[in-house]
Amino acid sequence: MKPRQKRLVYIVIALAAVGLAVGLVLNALKDNVSLYFTPTQVYNKEAPIDRSFRIGGLVEKGSMKREGDGLTVHFVITDLKKSLPVVYKGILPDLFKEGKGVVAQGKMEADGVMHASEVLAKHDENYMPPEAADALKKAKSVQ
Amino acid sequence: MIPELGHFSLIIALFLAATLGVLSILGAQRNSRALMGVARPLAYGMFVFVALAFGVLAHAFLSNDFSVLYVAQHSNSQLPGQYRFAAIWGGHEGSLLLWALLLSVWAASVATFSRHLPEEMVARVLGVMGLIEAGFLLFMLITSNPFTRLLPAAADGADLNPLLQDPGLVIHPPMLYMGYVGFSVAYAFAISALLGGKLDATWARWSRPWTTVAWVFMTIGIALGSGWAYYELGWGGWWFWDPVENASFMPWLLGTALIHSLAVTEKRGAFKSWTVLLAIGAFSLSLLGTFLVRSGVLTSVHSFASDPRRGIFILGFLVAVVGASLLLFAWRAPKVGLGGKFDMLSRESLLLSNNVLLSVASASVLIGTLYPLFMDALGYGKLSVGAPYFQAVFVPLMVPMVFMMGLGPLARWKKMAAPDLASRVKWGFAGALIVALLLPLTMGKLLSLESHKWSPLIALGLLMSFWIIASLVISLKQRLSGEGDFVQKLRRQSLSYYGMQLAHLGVAVFIIGVTMVKGYETERDVRMNVGDTLAAGGYEFRFNGVSQVAGPNYVSGMGSVTVHKDGRLVTELHPEKRVYNVSGMPLTEASIQPGLFRDLYVSLGEPIPESDGAWAVRIYIKPFVDWIWAGCLMMALGGVLAISDRRYRIHQKAVARAGNGTIVGNLQGQTS
Repeated sequence: MKPRQKRLVYIVIALAAVGLAVGLVLNALKDNVSLYFTPTQVYNKEAPIDRSFRIGGLVEKGSMKREGDGLTVHFVITDLKKSLPVVYKGILPDLFKEGKGVVAQGKMEADGVMHASEVLAKHDENYMPPEAADALKKAKSVQ
Repeated sequence: MIPELGHFSLIIALFLAATLGVLSILGAQRNSRALMGVARPLAYGMFVFVALAFGVLAHAFLSNDFSVLYVAQHSNSQLPGQYRFAAIWGGHEGSLLLWALLLSVWAASVATFSRHLPEEMVARVLGVMGLIEAGFLLFMLITSNPFTRLLPAAADGADLNPLLQDPGLVIHPPMLYMGYVGFSVAYAFAISALLGGKLDATWARWSRPWTTVAWVFMTIGIALGSGWAYYELGWGGWWFWDPVENASFMPWLLGTALIHSLAVTEKRGAFKSWTVLLAIGAFSLSLLGTFLVRSGVLTSVHSFASDPRRGIFILGFLVAVVGASLLLFAWRAPKVGLGGKFDMLSRESLLLSNNVLLSVASASVLIGTLYPLFMDALGYGKLSVGAPYFQAVFVPLMVPMVFMMGLGPLARWKKMAAPDLASRVKWGFAGALIVALLLPLTMGKLLSLESHKWSPLIALGLLMSFWIIASLVISLKQRLSGEGDFVQKLRRQSLSYYGMQLAHLGVAVFIIGVTMVKGYETERDVRMNVGDTLAAGGYEFRFNGVSQVAGPNYVSGMGSVTVHKDGRLVTELHPEKRVYNVSGMPLTEASIQPGLFRDLYVSLGEPIPESDGAWAVRIYIKPFVDWIWAGCLMMALGGVLAISDRRYRIHQKAVARAGNGTIVGNLQGQTS
């Protein structure tokens, strides 16, 4: 091969590699980004029905109930305007507490309850997940 | 009075650093011996004053001086001594001071171990480091002074976040920072090559050990962080693709590309511009990591504060550093040249392909990390990019990389015939393939695991690691075949060859660990009454209840779980649920019995209300999980072997013999 042809081959290979990488990234982003909603938005039916999303807010006081198996937990996430019941099976994080900020990821089911696959409460007493803080702020500004 | 001394030292250090930056670079450009001569003394001076400031802060922590705001925020008189010391870098201001200290340590080491380098090179390298140090010191003095007073003094401190009260935290940040900051040396070498317009094999040989040392520290630092997450966060994961982890992983990926690219530049004089670009990239990502972690734009355990001024300062600093370097690169790189030529299939081309793959991997992590920030800034709402994204992108990129990683050391420099290479590896590859396909069928029985499944991902993972091992054996066989004494031939191979092979073997071990954990782990979250047993993976776990135990600064609910296998007692585990006295924060402390082939991992969830001492308990069996960190350690050890290679020392001995007067130790010890 002449040097010019060789260079052409390199460029084609490089472009193919970059194209492949971009394709991979876009494809992965499309499937694996979870959008975040506030309880009010969920109430207004802005959240998707068939895919997983995140919701932030406070754990409503007095809403936490445990089933007999000790692992299935029911609670309500609120932005102090609207609220959403959540069910989660598993061990909750250390700092999950009624009245404190929380973020849950999961899917809405036909029963109007969010079935959470993940519950996050951050590791600091005074720390509020920004999504939860955001939800409270938004709900307040609508008043 | 003493804290003010620390503050004052920082101001002097800033002055010295700025002077170092300006004078020595100017001196090198004008070729003025007098100006270049100040570089070393100023670098030492900078180190002395930053160290003094650090010592003052350490003193404030150890003597419980709660009239210093930073100490009052991050310590407490009940805190055990070693954690009071580690609390220095438990917050924003102190970790910046650690950053600055380590940068000055690197600068002082360069000043000490560079007697054989041309004077203008040393001046430029130290000058660039001085400028970076000046930027960081300015940042500290303007926005994050660790010596700010609290008047009136607090009666006691607010305590260190309990998550950070762990031996892992004592060493993880300094190691990681050594790596982050160490890339500044590679960067400074690259910039000085651009400034001087001279970049050759000798340059690469000087720059190489420094880069490798930084990479070794970073590897260990990341591994420690991952291990800490595994035992401290209580849910048994070892990597979460958390933005802060990504912040350290991105420069590591580029740094890995850089040490390979430097090898080519040293041996073949090729990849010159590329090497320089990688050095700039690796350090830029280190700065970006600092920005992401310290500015509070990300939300995680690591973001201590969110003062917008800080974010803007680091962002500005980042833009200045990256922008100036890239401008310089665009202007001077044509002068540096591309370097030697090579064929389409050669060791160079394989290394280049892997360099590109590593860079693309780094870029894809960057996109996934920054995407939510951009979307939020552009007003598209909040979203999060989860671990599945990173896995979906990462695995397809790493498969070809590992394949070429096996071929690379077997291929010849410059030109290699494809049939020749194929005939060298065909048996090795076929062997790896057959074993990888068949082994998962019997794995379940072999290790008495719970799941017996065969899955394509498990086979793929095993294929990758066996392929690396096979290529290693082929390479050794090639080098040791033929006439002559076997042992002598074994000894004749260079340390850097063994270092490379050990590091590559580390990758294989790492992949085995990841594959086995992902494929065969057992995870159970269960409610257990006192006396309940659970059978999992051939083991029987018995929950004996939880009792109260007092720790030095916390009260612990300590559980007892006995583990039996085939009726014999294996171990007794003591998972804890601690509540820290000062902050009132609860913390789960997992209990682990490590093993070569599996870890038994138990942690406490929460007590079940209205029951007779029952708890939610998490019981995991993690096969081969420790191989993940063992692999990382082998990579780091490989790096240490590589820099112990004779050719770096010969040079120094020659210099020492030439009567320069200074005894030059070997490169390993220089950073301790």
